[in-house]
Amino acid sequence: MTGRLLLAAALLFLLAFLASPHSFAGLFQPLIRPNQPAIYTQTPLWSLTLSHLTLVALAVSASTLVALILAVLVTRPAGREFLPLARTITAVGQTLPPVAVLALAVPVMGFGAGPTLVALFLYGLLPVFENALAGLTRQPAQVAEAARGMGLTARQRLWQVDLPLALPVILTGMRLTAVISLGTATIGSTVAARTLGEVIIAGLLSSNTAFVLQGGMVVGIIAILIHQTFQTLERMAARRIGLG
Amino acid sequence: MRLDRPGLLFALIGLAGLILPFAEFKPNRILAGEGATLAAALPLGVALLFALAAMFAMGVFRLPAILRLTAALAALLAVLLAIGAAARHLTPEGDTLARVSPASGFWLLLLALVLMLADAVARLRPGLMLRGLLLAGAVAAAWFLLASGALDQVSTLREYSVRREVFLREARAHLLLAFGSLGLALLVGLPIGMLLYGARRLRGPVLSVLNILQTIPSLALFGIMIPIFSWIAATVPGAAQAGVSGIGVFPALVALFLYSLLPVVSNTLTGLDGVSPSTRDAAMGLGLTRPQLLGWVLIPLALPVLLAAVRIVLVQNIGLAVIAGLIGGGGFGTFVFQGLNQTAMDLVLLGALPTIALTLVAGIAMDLVVEGTARRRQEA
Repeated sequence: MTGRLLLAAALLFLLAFLASPHSFAGLFQPLIRPNQPAIYTQTPLWSLTLSHLTLVALAVSASTLVALILAVLVTRPAGREFLPLARTITAVGQTLPPVAVLALAVPVMGFGAGPTLVALFLYGLLPVFENALAGLTRQPAQVAEAARGMGLTARQRLWQVDLPLALPVILTGMRLTAVISLGTATIGSTVAARTLGEVIIAGLLSSNTAFVLQGGMVVGIIAILIHQTFQTLERMAARRIGLG
Repeated sequence: MRLDRPGLLFALIGLAGLILPFAEFKPNRILAGEGATLAAALPLGVALLFALAAMFAMGVFRLPAILRLTAALAALLAVLLAIGAAARHLTPEGDTLARVSPASGFWLLLLALVLMLADAVARLRPGLMLRGLLLAGAVAAAWFLLASGALDQVSTLREYSVRREVFLREARAHLLLAFGSLGLALLVGLPIGMLLYGARRLRGPVLSVLNILQTIPSLALFGIMIPIFSWIAATVPGAAQAGVSGIGVFPALVALFLYSLLPVVSNTLTGLDGVSPSTRDAAMGLGLTRPQLLGWVLIPLALPVLLAAVRIVLVQNIGLAVIAGLIGGGGFGTFVFQGLNQTAMDLVLLGALPTIALTLVAGIAMDLVVEGTARRRQEA
């Protein structure tokens, strides 16, 4: 209960801060040198937050979609040949540092949101893929038996049995991806993506700790809220299939 | 003969690589360049083109994995040597400004061959020993290729040759950041994990704090460390003399250390919790003291999970250390961000490629170590 209250308070604080950052100027006043602005005003914080969230949502949806399709394909008889390869690709995708991928994507895609999307997309493949694979393959043998006994076709089994049963672990994978992507997206602002990283970088360039802190704070609060939302969804999904 | 579907995929990528420009000639390091196909980029280009095409075509059929492995290795070496030769061939005699860099065709060929290689290795299901040898062989071969001078005319290595000293310094800084923060995290995180193992009530709060630390974006955490360390240097007597300062390696090192704490602490807990109660009771029944129980029984049994944390932290920190380049903390990130500022992509590659190579080698090597200890534990 206290946890929920704290979360609600965090959400309210975040919304109030984004709606009217200047009312909170006093909070950041102790962190700045004389004559430095306490609140970032170059671009409205709410608009940076929106484009930051859009970028992360796009990347997470894309990597979830591709990882799910991959996981389903390599668990069908026709795609089994690709299983070792798919595992290698997703594992390497997560090993590559997002910053390096970001930098390498710049010559191909130019400055802007593109390189950030690619970096987040690659990094996000593994958690969803591995979890979906585990969810699709490590089901009790009785489940497959029962589905076959009921006369379900392979496609019906996938949609009505396998995927719903794998949903909680797939959501866990999405949660890991989303939280990491939120933080990593800030680096996108080094190559001109519009994210909250813009605020942090402006702070770094002008030695304004207030900027660094407010950028970091907004991202951090959103990350905690998203983390909790996914955990709630995971619990709901688990309850639906009779677990937890 | 039966078709091999992954082989078909590699052939398609490879074909695109053969058609697209192989190398790019630029009058100087900033200007845009023009592409040259494999056939035009080097004297025996046409022959190489046909050889590679034949190799990819062969890969479409189901052949023994060892044969595919050898073919992919040979082709990879040929492509790497070809880019070095193309750079020598395309650079006019005595022109020190002109740059030849790898173009899209080269990168696609590299991708196709590396995928083919990875697929062949995965199908061979090599033992730990063989995988270790393969990794060592790959590192040695890369070293030899770079040291041989065959690639010296390629643009990224030209960037290297004019800043050899700086490169070595930043490489040391990068390794110090990645391994130093790992060492600190183990030094602090292991005791915290063991403490929490005994004190269940503290687990929730401590893990929550570490979790929240993890949600702060790396860029902000690095940034917040700067004023904190400037303040420490200015107020704590002797700190400035000891080298503590708001700029330089300290803020980055501590930021990386803070990020590493959660994986170390939580894996220590998971590892210790994973030891079965009956094993623990048996050890206690033998009259082991608490430290003996921890050192002789619990830690050896938890070792695979602890090493898994080391893998996570190492790979994560080698990557995150790039960001230190943005706040003057050194490391390969210095080249990445300098290059992005000057839109000099060769310089970006000089920072990004070693970082990627380091993470891959560290990741694969740690996987081998984790698997090795897990297997030993099962046998014991």
